[in-house]
Amino acid sequence: MGGSILVDKVVHVQVSMKLEMKDSPGQLVAALKPISEVGGNIIAVLHHRDPDTTHHTLNVQIVLALPEGRLDRLVALLKEQGVHIQRIGKERLLYKRTVILIGHLMHTDLSDTVDQIDSTGFAEVCEISMSMPAINERSTSRVTIKATNRVDMDAAVAVLRRVAQQKSLLLIEPLEEIA
Amino acid sequence: MKAVLIGLGSVGRGVAEMIATKNPGITITGIADSKSGCICNEGIDIAAVLEHKRRTGACGDPAISAMDVIKKADYDVLIEVTPTNALTGEPALGYIRAALAKKKHIVTSNKGPIALAYKELSALAKKKGVALRYEATVGGAIPIMHTLEDGLNGNEIIAIYGVLNGTCNYILTRMAAEGLTYEQALMEAREMGYAEADPTYDVKGIDAAIKLVILANTIWGNGTKLADVDLTGIDLLTPDALRLAEEGDCTIRLIAEAIPKKKILRVSPRLIEKSHPLVVEGTLNALTIETDMAKEITLTGRGAGSIETASAIIGDILYIRDHYGKRA
Ligand SMILES: NC(=O)c1ccc[n+]([C@@H]2O[C@H](COP(=O)([O-])OP(=O)(O)OC[C@H]3O[C@@H](n4cnc5c(N)ncnc54)[C@H](OP(=O)(O)O)[C@@H]3O)[C@@H](O)[C@H]2O)c1
Repeated sequence: MGGSILVDKVVHVQVSMKLEMKDSPGQLVAALKPISEVGGNIIAVLHHRDPDTTHHTLNVQIVLALPEGRLDRLVALLKEQGVHIQRIGKERLLYKRTVILIGHLMHTDLSDTVDQIDSTGFAEVCEISMSMPAINERSTSRVTIKATNRVDMDAAVAVLRRVAQQKSLLLIEPLEEIA
Repeated sequence: MKAVLIGLGSVGRGVAEMIATKNPGITITGIADSKSGCICNEGIDIAAVLEHKRRTGACGDPAISAMDVIKKADYDVLIEVTPTNALTGEPALGYIRAALAKKKHIVTSNKGPIALAYKELSALAKKKGVALRYEATVGGAIPIMHTLEDGLNGNEIIAIYGVLNGTCNYILTRMAAEGLTYEQALMEAREMGYAEADPTYDVKGIDAAIKLVILANTIWGNGTKLADVDLTGIDLLTPDALRLAEEGDCTIRLIAEAIPKKKILRVSPRLIEKSHPLVVEGTLNALTIETDMAKEITLTGRGAGSIETASAIIGDILYIRDHYGKRA
């Protein structure tokens, strides 16, 4: 289960769920309806079409924000809809972006740089590859960030951009699709 | 169609040679370089002038200046191909103003005056009822301006982004392919004649930014200036950066991008998938135009070169002939 975030003074929790349902028209919409019934917001929906089409099932991964204490009610409602919940929690961060940082990464406290992303609460650094040619030479690292959606990711990269500027690091961002 | 040619360096020579050999219906009545000029209203013997320039370093009579040619020759179009000065736009700015005052069409490959004084010059051209064309200033031979004004007419342009500096693209291509350091790749670019003795304009992203300014003003008429562009060059890139990019099936390219709705106007090295259409090799250029109806259009081609740039200039001259109805 995700950490708590404050939305309009009501404490929300962020949850990710892997759902399995019948692959028939309208089923997905019906399955998502209970979420709004319990006052939740959908943050992201990812489809995985079952490769085993003989089962005619639809696999969907969703990330949502729920008012605290509503999860059990939601689970019950989903079951009533005939939705099978394969997993709850974990892997709430579905959106990945990789950047490269160049500069005096150790001198400028790389772990602090990483912390500044992690402490946003909506994004975290999930992978770092690093090369250090020689003492006093600039080092290069590839950093992968995870976030729940595009908006949070853009916000996280903006944080990193600011930190990079403060620490005189060269930040190489990916060319993202514009639309 | 009669034209005078101001500047007889790499681009000017390419234009002169192609007009002489391909005979596209353009008569050159005046030519000038930095120290001399010649005028012949019946048509200059281009081969003879090129030969004279090769032998003596001057194209004509030292008593005739470029301004004399602009003011005294009989012509319809000024072909302005003198060196770019991004700070003052001179000498081109003065030449263009003088020709516009005489109601002459302008075709230039010079980024300086267009980036600095687009508003003034285009308004003046409009007032005088003549064309101001500068296809060659951005993307060399690639018909970017023609695509924008004709092919994509009626579209709303949402964003543009691409590779607009061949020198940087060459350096990045070589760093990725051979694991060269930035310094090694720059040295190689110099040896190949792709980089100037002072590579600052190219490697700091200034040249790409100037081209971005020209595009933004052309498309959105928003008065963009060079100082508005968020600039990061390629001179601090490490071979490790390209190697780490490669591990993720990516590479690094210097991308110029303008997205007015997001207030983005920047030139910066970017991680980009190797299969992306903007990943062109060597000195090539590439530009993606994103529009409401056509969605993405990507153009790639040669961003520089004597004959390649002449292609854009001759295209502009013939466009004027066909759209402004004056034939000669
Ligand atoms: N080269 C390319 O592939 C390319 C591509 C796109 C755009 N451009 C642009 O096209 C323009 C020309 O480039 P280039 O490569 O041909 O430059 P270049 O080889 O340096 O030639 C410049 C020419 O302009 C002449 N010139 C210099 N000052 C002058 C003055 N005050 N009055 C009259 N003529 C003067 C020079 O005279 P001298 O011969 O007496 O020195 C020379 O003939 C530049 O603005 C450049 O940025 C070039």
